[in-house]
Amino acid sequence: MPKPDSRATPSGPPGVGERRVGAGVRVRPIEAGDLSQVISIDAEASGIEKVDYWYELFHRYGTRGRQQRFFLVAESGAVVEGFIIGEVRDWEFGSPPCGWVFGIAVRRSARLGGTGTALFDAILESFRRAGVHKVRTLTTRDNSVVLSFFRSQGMMAAPFIPLELDLPAAKEGAN
Amino acid sequence: MKLQTSTLLALYSIVEAASQPGKQISAAEIAQRYGVSAHHLAKVLRELGRAGLVDSARGAGGGYRFCGNARRLTLMDVIDRFEDIGARPPEPGAAQTDVGLAIARVLSEIDEIAKATFRSITIDTLLKLVERARQSQAATAPVTREAGR
Repeated sequence: MPKPDSRATPSGPPGVGERRVGAGVRVRPIEAGDLSQVISIDAEASGIEKVDYWYELFHRYGTRGRQQRFFLVAESGAVVEGFIIGEVRDWEFGSPPCGWVFGIAVRRSARLGGTGTALFDAILESFRRAGVHKVRTLTTRDNSVVLSFFRSQGMMAAPFIPLELDLPAAKEGAN
Repeated sequence: MKLQTSTLLALYSIVEAASQPGKQISAAEIAQRYGVSAHHLAKVLRELGRAGLVDSARGAGGGYRFCGNARRLTLMDVIDRFEDIGARPPEPGAAQTDVGLAIARVLSEIDEIAKATFRSITIDTLLKLVERARQSQAATAPVTREAGR
């Protein structure tokens, strides 16, 4: 997969400008040059380095459709301390348009300093400006760190039940 | 989800104490507020003391003070001190049947969701919920409403 062109670096969609928070941390839209740090933060949190995945996400969320897609980073000096990704989703299973957060991580050394809250506040503001009034997320129930974080932000159980299915192996001879 | 009385008393006590950091809160005060037995509550508070979640001071002005970390202590941490909320194992006969195993699996799903919920909510988060509920009540209550605590 090609690396992102620095010319594609977003200058920030309307309403998603820079936000300065405490201790010199500011939240802004991601730029191509942030990706290596984002990949590293995600690898630290998940234990898996997913380079192609993040380049693909950057192309889909960091450079296009930025009225409804938000890929933000929190930086302190030249260091990216964390990131958050979300988008407005319309009418999934009958739900009116709402904001979805599907990725957040903060560098371990920067945790408990308000960086996650600053990122979350910034994406909430982006969702508000996009015209939605509800935000949802989904995380694994054994991910206590992220689950506790969202709870601390006031998130409550949604009226959905996630389900999954292990696909049975294809039958021999089937197309 | 139905928690045992002792577990609920422990949660009430911890949240009450944590809502007033540094302040001693008497067992009688908690008992009166929640309409529970002071004797039962004393036992619960002793257990919380053994767990290092509250410390106590005797004498006039004495009581219990929260000494845990409200941003770290979860509801599950407290519940675990008092009961195992895991599903009851199936009856020995049922455990050997397809139906018994299928029902046990569904019950286990429910338990895991309940545990994850309790693990995800810290005392600090619960205090925020309480505060939000108070603010919401205050915003909708008539002006003549008696002021809450």
